[in-house]
Amino acid sequence: MPEPTMTLEILRYRPERDRAPSIQPYEIPYRADWVVLDAINYVKDNLDGTLSYRWSCRMGVCGSCGMMINGVAKLSCATFLKDYYPAPVRVEPLAHFPVERDLVIVMDDFMEKLGRIRPWIIRGDEQPLSEGEYRQTPAQLATYKQFSMCINCMLCYSACPVYGLEPGFLGPAAIALAQRYNLDSRDQGSGQRALILTSQHGIWDCTLVGECTSVCPAQVDPAGAIQQAKLASTLDWYFSVLLPWG
Amino acid sequence: MRRYRRPLGPTWWLTQRAYFLFMLRELTSVFIAAYLALLLLGVYRLSLGREAYEAYLQLLATPGMLFFHVVALIAALFHTLTWFDVLPKVLVVRFGERRLPGAIVAGVNYVAWVVVSAVIAWILLRG
Ligand code: SF4
Ligand code: FES
Repeated sequence: MPEPTMTLEILRYRPERDRAPSIQPYEIPYRADWVVLDAINYVKDNLDGTLSYRWSCRMGVCGSCGMMINGVAKLSCATFLKDYYPAPVRVEPLAHFPVERDLVIVMDDFMEKLGRIRPWIIRGDEQPLSEGEYRQTPAQLATYKQFSMCINCMLCYSACPVYGLEPGFLGPAAIALAQRYNLDSRDQGSGQRALILTSQHGIWDCTLVGECTSVCPAQVDPAGAIQQAKLASTLDWYFSVLLPWG
Repeated sequence: MRRYRRPLGPTWWLTQRAYFLFMLRELTSVFIAAYLALLLLGVYRLSLGREAYEAYLQLLATPGMLFFHVVALIAALFHTLTWFDVLPKVLVVRFGERRLPGAIVAGVNYVAWVVVSAVIAWILLRG
């Protein structure tokens, strides 16, 4: 019996020769235990060595293999061919980011935004070394742990039409990360982050489409983080207006 | 090197079910706004006297208006339910390390809905 095959339609863009990207079909063997990344690796090794894409861990932790698979942002190492077979699978670079080459996107904007929200523990008063480390109870850890699980895969940015329409939007993962530090009992930097979160194209750009949470492979729930940041910011505002010392 | 940008086309909300439902939710606000305008018109007609108000009531009884109210009701219900389900995202209730399940937080909305509706029904129907 001949080996079953299926078609992988991959977006190709070679800036030195292409004006615009085009779709190129590849016939690949179908294996039920293959993920899309396995199939792309097969293409690269056997059919076309010029194909460019990012990947590293092959196990859903490094966050580098995000692609649009049949129009949905997914980790290609965690998306099985068997969920699509025998229909062709279309693989494109992550939406809303500029394309560098083939499936490789430019992530500068995301990196800049991650840094902008000051993703580290900010202290107003640094306690002397002699007093030891800043301690935290399991309950205090639980308040932010979910938001700290982000693997920076950018799937949420590709799923967010607000980011697609307004590239200035701070975006799901950066806001979730800001919320992660704001909720950390050791951190005292929420005032500094509030300036960024509530600035133009901050949390209030979000119209709660909710797809960021749906596509997130790490169950971070960035949509929840953004709504909680909106609530916190609103309460802050009311307190500052109602309480003269607030 | 030249980078390729793919702008979002005007039909992006047709490409996925979730986007479409989102647009539908945003669209419901149009019906709610129209309903409110109609309500305000009623208040205004009331201020003009009995005849004007009766004419307004007659307008409401036309098939077109009845149809509009059914659509507006469905839109309002859909919109409200989406808000009910947002609450667990916004409101995090914790007991130590554990978080109250979202279904319970959202459930409070539904219980409150039933209770308030029952009270209103009782006020309206008692006499
Ligand atoms: S929040 Fe989720 S989808 Fe977004 S970058 Fe982090 S892990 Fe990826
Ligand atoms: S290759 Fe690391 S997440 Fe897919």
